[in-house]
Amino acid sequence: MDTISMPPASETLPTGEASNISRRRFLLASAGTVAGSLVLGFGLPVESARAQGAPARGTKVPAFLEIRPDNTIRLQSSFVEGGQGPFTAMAQIVGEELDADPATFIVECAPPGPDYVVTDTGRRITGGSSAVRTSYPTMRRLGALARAMLLQAGSKHLNAPVGELATQPGRVVHAASGRSVSYGELAPQAMDLPVPAPDSVKLKDPSQFRWIGKPVARVDVRDKSTGKATYTIDVRVDDMLHAAVQHAPRLGMTLGAIRNEEQVKAMHGVHSVHRLPGAVAVVAERWWDARRAAEAVQADWKEAGADSTLRVMPADFSTEAFREQLAKASGAGDEAESKGDFAAALKGAHTVVEAVYHSQYLKHAQLEPPSAVARFNPDGTLDVWVPNQAQDIFLADIAERTGLAPSKINLHTPLLGGFFGRHFLYPAASPYPQAIQLAKEVGRPIKLIWSREEEFLRDVARPMAVVRFRGGLDADGMPVAIEAVSATEGPTEGIANKRNAGNVDPAAVEGLAGKSYAIPNRRIAQLYVKTPMVLGYWRSVGNSMNDFFYETFLDELADKGKQDPYDLRMRLLQGNERLTTLLRAVGELSGGWKRGPFVAEDGTRRARGVAMASPFGSQAAVIAEVSIENGRVKVHDIWQAIDPGSIVNPAIVEAQVNGASALGLSQVLLEEAVYKDGVPAARNYDMYPILPPSRMARVHVRIVESGAKMGGIGEPPLPAVPPAVANAVAALTGQRVRSMPLSHYDFNA
Amino acid sequence: MDLQVNDETHEIRSDADTPLLWVIRDELGLTGTKYGCGLAQCGACSVIVDGVVRRSCVTPVDGVAGKKITTIEAIEADEIGKRVVAAWIKHQVPQCGYCQSGQVMAATALLKQTSHPTDQEIEAAMINLCRCGTYNAIRAAVHDLAGAEAGAKKEA
Repeated sequence: MDTISMPPASETLPTGEASNISRRRFLLASAGTVAGSLVLGFGLPVESARAQGAPARGTKVPAFLEIRPDNTIRLQSSFVEGGQGPFTAMAQIVGEELDADPATFIVECAPPGPDYVVTDTGRRITGGSSAVRTSYPTMRRLGALARAMLLQAGSKHLNAPVGELATQPGRVVHAASGRSVSYGELAPQAMDLPVPAPDSVKLKDPSQFRWIGKPVARVDVRDKSTGKATYTIDVRVDDMLHAAVQHAPRLGMTLGAIRNEEQVKAMHGVHSVHRLPGAVAVVAERWWDARRAAEAVQADWKEAGADSTLRVMPADFSTEAFREQLAKASGAGDEAESKGDFAAALKGAHTVVEAVYHSQYLKHAQLEPPSAVARFNPDGTLDVWVPNQAQDIFLADIAERTGLAPSKINLHTPLLGGFFGRHFLYPAASPYPQAIQLAKEVGRPIKLIWSREEEFLRDVARPMAVVRFRGGLDADGMPVAIEAVSATEGPTEGIANKRNAGNVDPAAVEGLAGKSYAIPNRRIAQLYVKTPMVLGYWRSVGNSMNDFFYETFLDELADKGKQDPYDLRMRLLQGNERLTTLLRAVGELSGGWKRGPFVAEDGTRRARGVAMASPFGSQAAVIAEVSIENGRVKVHDIWQAIDPGSIVNPAIVEAQVNGASALGLSQVLLEEAVYKDGVPAARNYDMYPILPPSRMARVHVRIVESGAKMGGIGEPPLPAVPPAVANAVAALTGQRVRSMPLSHYDFNA
Repeated sequence: MDLQVNDETHEIRSDADTPLLWVIRDELGLTGTKYGCGLAQCGACSVIVDGVVRRSCVTPVDGVAGKKITTIEAIEADEIGKRVVAAWIKHQVPQCGYCQSGQVMAATALLKQTSHPTDQEIEAAMINLCRCGTYNAIRAAVHDLAGAEAGAKKEA
C-alpha cells in the first residue's frame, strides 16, 4: 500500500510557465552550466503545449539533460538523493536508453516546477519508496528521446542517414564508413533540434540491457568517501552570517520577555538577537558563537493562546500516560478492512486468542541536523537551500510565507544527510521559515543550523498505537478469524491536523490491513485517538509497526494452534505463488527453516523467527536468529528475501536491505521517544540510542524478481525485521513479546 | 593561535574554547568534517590528531594548537587513507554519506596504529554511528584492509 498523502504539484504550485522558463535559464546559468555545452535549448513552446493540453510527462529533454563537450552528462533528477540511490538509478535508466555509461553522469536534484513531475502519480516527492517505480518508463523514454536527437545531429555531422547510424556508449557510429563522433562533439548541432514525438522512439528490449539490472557503482560514492559531498549544512554563500535558535520547550508556546538579552548581545561574536514565532534566534559570524549564545538565552515562554494554529503540547503530557489512554480507549473503531463474518466466526471458533500490543513513538534521528540557508538577492529574488523531499510543496509554502511569486524563489535541494521521512513539510519542523525571517531582518544571507538538541525537540514522531487483537482457531488449530483494532492517530491525518469523520487513515492501518494470509473472516479497524504529538512519516510508515503487531500475533495463533509458524504461513498462503516462492526462498537462504531453540556452534542457545510484509508494492520475508546475552537480545543473522517485481540495481537493493534491516533492528531493540511533562526525555543520542555497530546483525539478501509490477526498495525491507526478531525471542525464551523496544524486557533464557 | 591542519598552518581567530569542529568548518571552510551531535556520541566529526582519532566536536581548539591535524580533505594524501578510500569505493559503503567522513577517519586511524587489527580491535575502533545502517559494508571494507588473516577469523 502506498499511503503517503501529498497533493499533486498542480494543486499547490501556481504555474506561470513563461516566468518559469526565464527562471530556469537563470538557474542553469547560475548553477554553473559549462559554456559551450549542450543545454539542448528549450525546444518545446511551452505556452502552446499547455494550450493543447499538458505534454507527456518527462519529455522535455532539455530540462533534464546537459551533454557537455567532455562527454559528461548532467542529469537533473526529479528525486532527492538521501542515500537510497535514486541518482544512480536515474543515471542507469536514462543511460541505458541514451546509450551512455552511468559513470559519465553528474546527477543533481532538479529545481521545483511542473517540468520535473515525471511520476505516474502526478506528484513529485521523494518518499513512499516511489522514485524508480513511478518514473521508470518515463525516464527510459527521456533517455531514448535524447538518443534520437543525438542520432539526428550525428546524421548531419557524419553526412549519413539516421538509418545507417548506431550508437555505442557516448558515441554515434557509422559502421559502414568506420567513422564515429562523440555525444559531446555533437552537442552544438543537437542544440537546435526539436524533441521528437514521445511515441516515435522505441525502447530497448530488456534482454539487451547493459546497465539496468546490473550492480552498477553508485555515482556518489567517491565524493561521499572523501568529504566532498555537499549537504545543506555545508552550503556557504558570500557575506553569510550564522544563526542558532532556542525553541520554546513545548510546541505552541510563545516568546515572552528575554531576561538576559543585553548579556547575550554582549557575548563573543554575537551580531544580533531576534524574536521568532516560538523561538529566540542569535545571529553571529560563526555558528558556535551563535549556538552558545542561543543556549544562554533566558526566555519567558507563555502558554499557547486559544488561537494557536499549531498542535499544542500540553504541560502534563507523558507518553506513558498516553499509552494508557490508548489502551483504555473503547469502541469498535472505523473499519479499514472487512471480510467474511468475523463476529460469527469468532463465536464458532474452537479456540479464542486475545492479546494487546503496543508500539512507541520514534524520531528520525538522521545524522545531518536540519539547517537552511536564505538569501534575498538585489533583483528581488530569494534563494533558499533546505533539506526537503517535496520541492513543489516547499516552494509553494515559501511563496505563501513570503508573498513572493514562485518564479522569484530559487529552491535548492542539496544531498540529504539521511531522512527516512524527516523532510516532508511538517508544521514547525523545518528551519527555513526562521532562516528567511532572519535574512530579512539582518539584511544578509543567513545559515541557520538547528543543534542536535533543537532537532530532537522539533522532529516529528512516528505514531504510537495500542492494538487489540482477537483471533479464532478451528479444531485443527487453523486461524479462521482475526480482528485488529488499532487505537492510534495516523500520520497523514496527524499532519493535516484534522480527521474526516469515519475515514480511516490508510497510513495508520497499512500492515494490519492488506495482509495476504487466507484467514476467511477478518476485521481491521482504527480507533481514532488524537495525540498532542506532531506526527510524521518514518521509514515504511504504518508498516513499521503494524507488521510487527500482526506477524507477532500470528505467531501467537500458531503456538496456540500447535503449529509451526513457518508452516502455518505456508499453509495460509497456499495458492499464492509469489508469496510461497518468497517464503521458500528465505527458508532456503537461511539453510532450511528451523525454529529451535537449538545450540549454536559457539555454545549459545538460539532460536529463529519468521515474518512477512507487503509494503510499498514489494514483498518481503525475513528470518532472524537470536540469542540472549546478559539478559539482552543479540540478533546474529537476518535472512531476507525480497521481491520488488523487478529491479534496476542489485547492489543498491542489497544495501537498502541492510539499511532498512538496521533501522528495523534499531526500532525493535532500542528506540523510543519518551515524553514527560510535555518535553522529550532525550535531546541527543545519549538518551535516544540508535543502533550502534556492535548490535548490527549479519544480513543475507536474496532478491526475487517475480516480474510483478515494480515495487519500492527503500522502505520495504524494514517491516518484517522487528516481528521476525520478536518471534525468535519468543521461541527462545517462551516469553511473549507484545511491544517494542525489547530493551524494556528482562530476558533470562 | 596557530593551527596545523592538513600540513598547512593557519592563524585562528576563534575563541580558545571553541570546538575544533567549528574552527575547521566555519573558519577554515573545510566542511567535509560533519556536525552530528556535539556530544561525542556519533563520531561524524572525527579527525586525526597526531595519528589518533579525535572527536572534534568536543575538542577545544586551544588543546590541539601545534599538533598535526588531518581532516577528510587530506585523506588521500595519506597512503593508508588512500587505501581506506579505495576500500570504501570497492565495497560501495556510503548511502547518505553524512557519517562517512568520520568512518573513513576512524578506519584510517585504526590502520595507522595497527596494520592488521584483530576483530576485537576493529570492533573497538569502529564505533561511529550510521543511521543508514552501512555497518556491514564498513565491516567488510575494514576487514579487507586488515588483511586476509583478520578476515579469516571473522565471526561474530
